[in-house]
Amino acid sequence: MSAHANAVDLSDAQAPANSIWKKLPLIFAVIGVAGVALAFVTVGTDTKQFWYSYLTAYMFWLSVGLGGLFFVLIHHATRAGWSTVVRRVAENYMITLPLLGLLALPIVFGGMDDLYHVWVHPAATDLFVQAKTGFLNTDFFTVRVIAYAVIWTALGLYLYLASRKQDVTGDPKLAHGMRRVAPFGLILFALTITFAAVDFMMSLDPHWYSTIFGVVYFGGTFMAIASVLALTGMALQRTGLLKNAITTEHYHDLGKLAFAFMVFWAYVAFSQFMLIWYANIPEETIWFAYRATNGWEIVAGVLTLLHFVVPFFFMMSRHIKRRNLTLAIGAVILLVAHYIDMFWIIQPAMRQHDADPHFSMHIADLLTFIGIGGLVLAVFSWRVSAAPVAPMKDPRLMESLDFENF
Amino acid sequence: MADKKNWGVLAEFDTPKDIYHACESIRDEGFKHWDAHTPFPVHGLESAMGLRPSKVPWIVAAGALFGATAGITLQWWSMVVEYPAIIAGKPFFSWPAFVPVTFELSVLFAAFGAVFGMLGVNKLPTFNHPLFTSERFKGHSDDKFYVSIESRDPLFDQRKTKKMLKQLGAVHVEDVVEEED
Repeated sequence: MSAHANAVDLSDAQAPANSIWKKLPLIFAVIGVAGVALAFVTVGTDTKQFWYSYLTAYMFWLSVGLGGLFFVLIHHATRAGWSTVVRRVAENYMITLPLLGLLALPIVFGGMDDLYHVWVHPAATDLFVQAKTGFLNTDFFTVRVIAYAVIWTALGLYLYLASRKQDVTGDPKLAHGMRRVAPFGLILFALTITFAAVDFMMSLDPHWYSTIFGVVYFGGTFMAIASVLALTGMALQRTGLLKNAITTEHYHDLGKLAFAFMVFWAYVAFSQFMLIWYANIPEETIWFAYRATNGWEIVAGVLTLLHFVVPFFFMMSRHIKRRNLTLAIGAVILLVAHYIDMFWIIQPAMRQHDADPHFSMHIADLLTFIGIGGLVLAVFSWRVSAAPVAPMKDPRLMESLDFENF
Repeated sequence: MADKKNWGVLAEFDTPKDIYHACESIRDEGFKHWDAHTPFPVHGLESAMGLRPSKVPWIVAAGALFGATAGITLQWWSMVVEYPAIIAGKPFFSWPAFVPVTFELSVLFAAFGAVFGMLGVNKLPTFNHPLFTSERFKGHSDDKFYVSIESRDPLFDQRKTKKMLKQLGAVHVEDVVEEED
């Protein structure tokens, strides 16, 4: 009934020749390569520092790629209408997964000794780790990581290419095909993100285990992609794309998703903590003990504040989520919190066996973050510049443009 | 013998578009005690009617705060004040152990706030309503759209209000009587 119904102009879905998006892929690629290279230079002989910084940044940006995949899968599986107009933006993040798969290979072929020393070269007396070498060994790890990369690439390419094909043909059978694949894709997604979180992050301290670990990473992942989509939508509109297509209603829903999965993360992360704290079994509590002493307790406190307390009260009101500026502030807080989460999980493992277990940050942390981020955004902006930023002939695009919250 | 008293007027409209524009005009006239009745949700009607945001979220927030306070207080009083016991060598006030109960009580009272707050704001349960005396009003659950204006509204004038509703495109306008015994 409102004024904009059925009359949305989508001619601004394609980036024009003079758009900044035509230049961004190259700029981001240069920043990306320079960032990773500079990080490698600044660490000098301390390759351990490089790989820990690399892994922290990698897990953050992997959240964005996997989040895009999950957003697209859940959109098709639930036959969603509202999110159609922002689905292409999520697809453009999803299609960074082939690159992210490649970026995992340096870890496998270069960083194993520095990152996973405890189980790559297990001590003969370390019965805990000896018992796990059937799963945690270099060969099987390599096979698994390559399998994740292949699965993510295959799902991402299929969903992207089918959606792009529909831009041209408008064939609703393509939408039906993606809907049929989506539930199986979700099962593969759940398995790969869980195993990837366990392999990349939990196995840094192979004595420790938590069955909900993959779910905690997933919670942060969905929160991150909802925040990234909201911020990207604003960036696209500021550069003249989708000016009338993305409305307050879509931002409101992305804000709700980010808020919901921020709370979900807090729920599962606290569940993980409370059970271990309550049972108080030494080989379990030691993981939290390292992360709650020597300055890491401040990181944990900031994480609690920025990943739950502050955004919970700040983003609860609908008025906050329906204004671009306040939603952007909330989204940035959540993304900072997600990086702190990755840092707090990964980096104490580097220092806990060293002489100095204190919290510290290295310039390589920043440089790898910018570097991997640059490479991911180079692929993203390349797709923005090359194709329409909305699924132009999707059968539910009109429904999405007309969408209103009650 | 039941007294009959004029409750207000009822106007029938044929399309969502008609009732949408009629509501905008009634809102702009400044009426307060009136309502719209449609067989399905008409998007944007609440702003056309000038309805203010629902009070229910505030009731839910109050319920959640009460639940959280009650949960923490209950556990603090029982575990620290009245029956302090050392459990697994932990402090008396072991807040992580108190979080689940506090969380669940917040959710419980927030849900009470949502359900009973919604019923209260809607004045439910109401067992009967003067509008049900109208035969034509049955169309509100089929294919007709209605506006009712109550006689207690300060702007209400039986003749003028009915004339206004006709001018707004109502296909039928009638008086609604209330039976009092």
